[in-house]
Amino acid sequence: MLAVQPVVLLSDLLIFALVAALILFFVQLARDPLARGRWRSVFVSRIGSAAFLVILFYVLMALLDSLHYREPLPAIATSGSVAEPASETMTEPVVHYSQEVKSVLDAVLAGLHGQDETTYSEPFSIYSFARENQTSDDGNVVRAFPRLAHAGSHLQEGDSVAADVWQRSLKSVLTGVAIMAALVILHWQWRLRCTAQGCGLKSDDMGAVLPWKTIYITLGVLVVGACWVLELGQYYHILGTDKVGQDVLYQGLKAIRTGVLIGTLATLLTLPLAILLGISAGYFRGWVDDLVQYVYTTLSSIPGILLIAASVLLIDVYIETHPEQFQLTTERADFKFLALCFILGMTSWTGLCRLLRAETLKVSQLDYVQAARAFGVRHGRIIGRHILPNVTHLILIALVLDFSGFVLAEAVLSYIGVGVDPSMASWGNMINEARAELSREPVVWWSVAAAFVLMFILVLAANLFADKVRDAFDPRSAG
Amino acid sequence: MLAYIIRRLLYAVPILVGVNVLTFALFFVVNSPDQMALVQLGDKHIDPQAVEQWKVQRGYDKPLFINDRDDSQGLLTDTIFFDKSMRLFVLDFGKSDEGRAIGDDIQQRMWPSLAVALPTFIVGLTVNIAFALFVVMFRASLFDTAAMVACVVLMSISGVFYVFAGQYFFAKTWNLVPISGYLAGIDAVRFLILPVIIGVISGIGGGTRLYRTLFLEEANKDYVRTARAKGVPELTVLFRHILPNGLIPILTSVVVVIPSLFMGSLLTESFFGIPGLGSYTLDAIQAQDFAIVRSMVFLGSVLYIIGLILTDISYTLVDPRVRLS
Repeated sequence: MLAVQPVVLLSDLLIFALVAALILFFVQLARDPLARGRWRSVFVSRIGSAAFLVILFYVLMALLDSLHYREPLPAIATSGSVAEPASETMTEPVVHYSQEVKSVLDAVLAGLHGQDETTYSEPFSIYSFARENQTSDDGNVVRAFPRLAHAGSHLQEGDSVAADVWQRSLKSVLTGVAIMAALVILHWQWRLRCTAQGCGLKSDDMGAVLPWKTIYITLGVLVVGACWVLELGQYYHILGTDKVGQDVLYQGLKAIRTGVLIGTLATLLTLPLAILLGISAGYFRGWVDDLVQYVYTTLSSIPGILLIAASVLLIDVYIETHPEQFQLTTERADFKFLALCFILGMTSWTGLCRLLRAETLKVSQLDYVQAARAFGVRHGRIIGRHILPNVTHLILIALVLDFSGFVLAEAVLSYIGVGVDPSMASWGNMINEARAELSREPVVWWSVAAAFVLMFILVLAANLFADKVRDAFDPRSAG
Repeated sequence: MLAYIIRRLLYAVPILVGVNVLTFALFFVVNSPDQMALVQLGDKHIDPQAVEQWKVQRGYDKPLFINDRDDSQGLLTDTIFFDKSMRLFVLDFGKSDEGRAIGDDIQQRMWPSLAVALPTFIVGLTVNIAFALFVVMFRASLFDTAAMVACVVLMSISGVFYVFAGQYFFAKTWNLVPISGYLAGIDAVRFLILPVIIGVISGIGGGTRLYRTLFLEEANKDYVRTARAKGVPELTVLFRHILPNGLIPILTSVVVVIPSLFMGSLLTESFFGIPGLGSYTLDAIQAQDFAIVRSMVFLGSVLYIIGLILTDISYTLVDPRVRLS
């Protein structure tokens, strides 16, 4: 087995750093008893914890898809070739790596990937969607639907597809249920032991109040679904294939990374800016306030979509004129993607900035902040100790509320041609293809349907979770 | 009041200058006139002379910000920035890179945009308020919960999906309306029905939820309880007390978008092939015609700022306690 060369893209680094930062943030929050109570009310609700699990599943897929590497190419026998460099003294052969960048998710989904057909095929079909000229045994040319190269290639002529699918589904679902049952039993045992011995758990702990039934069911659906996809994906194209014969389900799953990253990075990249400017405007007032207000009024008065479109065009120009900075196609796409996240963030940070300014204005009038000022406590300390904790809920709510908006925006932007790079798997690009596919007769519906459904699940989960977080943290909506 | 409006308008000037500097920096510093000429002329083997000629014709041969060649006068005025950006303040949009007068184009394409955006806005607002009021009527019931779940589901569906579904069923399968296109005059109605319906539907989820919250806030106030306590029927409470008071925050919050309706919607217009300002902008973006994009950015900012001023005025109109100063 040859070693692989890891490829670290900028967005990979960022997403792992951000996930680490988020975990730290949550740990920090969990120390505060008030915040603990609020989080508990989020997770005690069945919708809250189910939505959280679904989001976690998507994020996990995105993280798996963010570990990139290049596989080495098989060594070519270069005896006596013209291009032989003057390195005959070297004992170790130079390993060349493939230009194709893979991720850990590709390895997990190996069954779905790399079994490309030539063109469209329907979900679970073993025949192509387009007729082709075929020469029959007696030499006549007939136009018929050819068998697919990979899907259902284990079937003999005349075998029933439905029966085979049914059999394999049953097998994989049973496997999934078995795995899930084992997990549940293990966890149940552990909890029983804990309640008996009281292994450091207090009675007000999360474990006692979480809606375990909902969690088991959600997790069960995810596990069984994953088993089913992994099993059947080896033999069929579950959601058909696209124009160039790639598996649609694989494309849709690869697009999860784009969706999740755009949702998180777009907010988080500009979050420091919004916090810094918003709080200092509200705290220092005077010319700082005027300046910050001027900046965000100017930015927000530009129609957002125009700003995005213009900036994306300029990035394209930059990439075209600086090709030497990007060796791999993936690197180029990644740069464009990060820039897009940043621009999306730029168009939306003004709202949070305005909120933070108003809230800081209010908070800095409070007696204890005034007292701290009178005692001569330094500004940085007052902001850190007294103001920031009082506005954290605004930041959190803005974070979760913006997420779903960005995921939806990506689809629209790709559709009008200013979204992520066409070489990147994204729901927007899949929907973009659909304009031609939907006007075909008969209609090619599966690609666009897959994109919409996968996007819908993520956005719905994010919206439901955001609602719960807002209910728990927004003092106005309490009661 | 008049003094306030004049001051607000003056305050808008630095903002618009800021917008212009920003768009100008985006377009010219990153993408120099030479590169623009190359893209527009569209030939790899172009001689420098043709590039120069293209720049002179369109006035791109001047320095960007400061003209130090000519120190007697025109230090700041004889530059590309002044020519291309500051002229916008007197609504002199100049010519597009293709040579068409942008001002005429805008005047022409404004009406189709308005024809889509205005009905969508009015119908959408009415429907959302009606739904929200209906939900508030049955507040804290199973129907309320179900309606809110439905709203979240509607909000989570991509807008593009509504367009696809609408075009597929209404236009392609049932042949009720044309898929896309536009005709001037009364014929426009046939083309406008679908975009308006889809615009309204895609806004129902978010709108109803937001307005419900505002109405509920009103419904929990003391005067509503008093009205009920003295025996006012529930429907009268809803329509005579909650509705008028709840409308205040709703109407003042939507005033800001009214001027921007002229700009149309980039997406709706490109999906339905309506020759309005939205599709105009989109075409310009795709053709890299920055003169048009710059004009549209400026126009959009002006309309947004007018919207902000109108919002402030509307506050004083509906609530006499608010004084502009």
